[in-house]
Amino acid sequence: MKDLRLWGLKKSPWVYHVAAASCNNCDIEILELLTPRYDVERFGVVLVGSPRHADALLVTGVINRKSLPRVLEVYEQTPKPCLVIAIGTCACNNHIFRNSYNAVGPYDKHIPVHAYIPGCPPKPEAMILGIVKALSKL
Amino acid sequence: MSDETKVRRIVPIGPYHPLQEEPEFFKLVVEGETVVDLEINLGYNHRGHEFISPELTYDQVPFLVERICGICSNSHPLAAVLAIEDCAGIKPPPRANFIRTIIHELERIHSHLLWVGLAGHFIGYNTVWMWAWRYREHILQVFEMITGNRNHYAANKPGGVRWDIKPEHVPEIRAALDLVEKKTMMLTKAVLDDPVIRARLEGVGILTKEQAIAWSVVGPTARASGVDIDVRRDDPHCAYDQVPWNVIVLSEGDVFAKAKVRLLEIFESIKIIRGCLDKLPDGPIDMRIDEIPSGEGIGRTEAPRGEVFHYIRSDGTNRPIRHKIRAPSYMNIASNVVAVRGGSIADAALTLAAVDPCYCCTERMAAFEDGMLKYTGKDLLRLSWEKTEKIRERLK
Repeated sequence: MKDLRLWGLKKSPWVYHVAAASCNNCDIEILELLTPRYDVERFGVVLVGSPRHADALLVTGVINRKSLPRVLEVYEQTPKPCLVIAIGTCACNNHIFRNSYNAVGPYDKHIPVHAYIPGCPPKPEAMILGIVKALSKL
Repeated sequence: MSDETKVRRIVPIGPYHPLQEEPEFFKLVVEGETVVDLEINLGYNHRGHEFISPELTYDQVPFLVERICGICSNSHPLAAVLAIEDCAGIKPPPRANFIRTIIHELERIHSHLLWVGLAGHFIGYNTVWMWAWRYREHILQVFEMITGNRNHYAANKPGGVRWDIKPEHVPEIRAALDLVEKKTMMLTKAVLDDPVIRARLEGVGILTKEQAIAWSVVGPTARASGVDIDVRRDDPHCAYDQVPWNVIVLSEGDVFAKAKVRLLEIFESIKIIRGCLDKLPDGPIDMRIDEIPSGEGIGRTEAPRGEVFHYIRSDGTNRPIRHKIRAPSYMNIASNVVAVRGGSIADAALTLAAVDPCYCCTERMAAFEDGMLKYTGKDLLRLSWEKTEKIRERLK
């Protein structure tokens, strides 16, 4: 049964995008993935509107105190097993905001993270590579 | 049934919603199909820039404020370095001014194209989205060529710019501009002549001139409502007073006018960049600053969304002791309360997006208890009144 689930996850990962106190840049670059130049839909990667449909969460930004409960809730609602891919240096290690009173991240403190894609923002090519690597490790 | 429509219901939007890039929370109060009120709840993006800034040196501050917003990531550092230069009383060399102008206008083109694409997505025209974002890619490529990064260009520093535009870049910038101009012309005609788009956008989310002034909106939102303001012309900085260009002002105030202002501004930006490339002077791109004297300085610049204002106070050390930021969306988002009122709920998403809101610019404070917002606007007002009462008691 577990193998079947993993098989289903590998072929066409549906992703949900979680932005928690990000600067909008990684988020725009994620949308950039869907537009004609990069067009990840040809690999079956589709951005979905609800975490309940998602196989992978693309998380961005430092988590702040107000968004933390919501991020945890989104993670709870995602069917397991799911991939969590931290996009951008903020999501990986809090970046320039490590001294901020309101940053409670990074993500791996709160939820398991499967792939880290550093960069401010990472290039869309790097994001595609990160997602492919995370999938191939399953 | 008539009673049924009178019942007030609340439609929550967010914080995580497929419509929105950023987390923010709206409560739409509706009677039947009509929106009667709007409550805006922000704070999901607050990161405390104004707190971190005094811990950094003047050279590091532009890197921090660049990360306020990923779309207007040149406006904030530009306003910050203008404030620092105002404080130090220096003027950057002319070539630096021209390069700043070019990068600022390239950013405006990509930001407006991004908005046009998202607006198309909101009304169900995904073709417009894909088109606009595809042409935006050419601008991002120019950025990558000049500065080495697609976004967050790190172009500004106190006293000049970090990156020079090399002679071999100029023809490539011109080629990208020609392409984008041609494609944007096509997109503009397609969008402005489409009867369905006109029907969806005209007369929707109207912000009259009086309302625009009363709610202090700035940028394209104000210019679409007939308020003739533009910091680039009113308070000339960089090279804006040395090249010919026009301020686009329309009077309708609806979403269609806002879209039109942004599309027409793209052509003005292209005109400015061409003018700057023609006149690009030779010389150094930065200058040495030995010390920032104690004092204060302000920097204003026109971001794609409106006026960005930075205030820096220095005590003579290498760090600011106070850094105040006012982002344009702060006023523009508040005006949604009047723009969305009386409209249909189907138009609400579009009206909320029409000011090109940037929540990560706007977040300035958040108060919490167990992860929930502790104070609403009314509570803050009450706290403020109570404080006044206390002071009155003390001074009696």
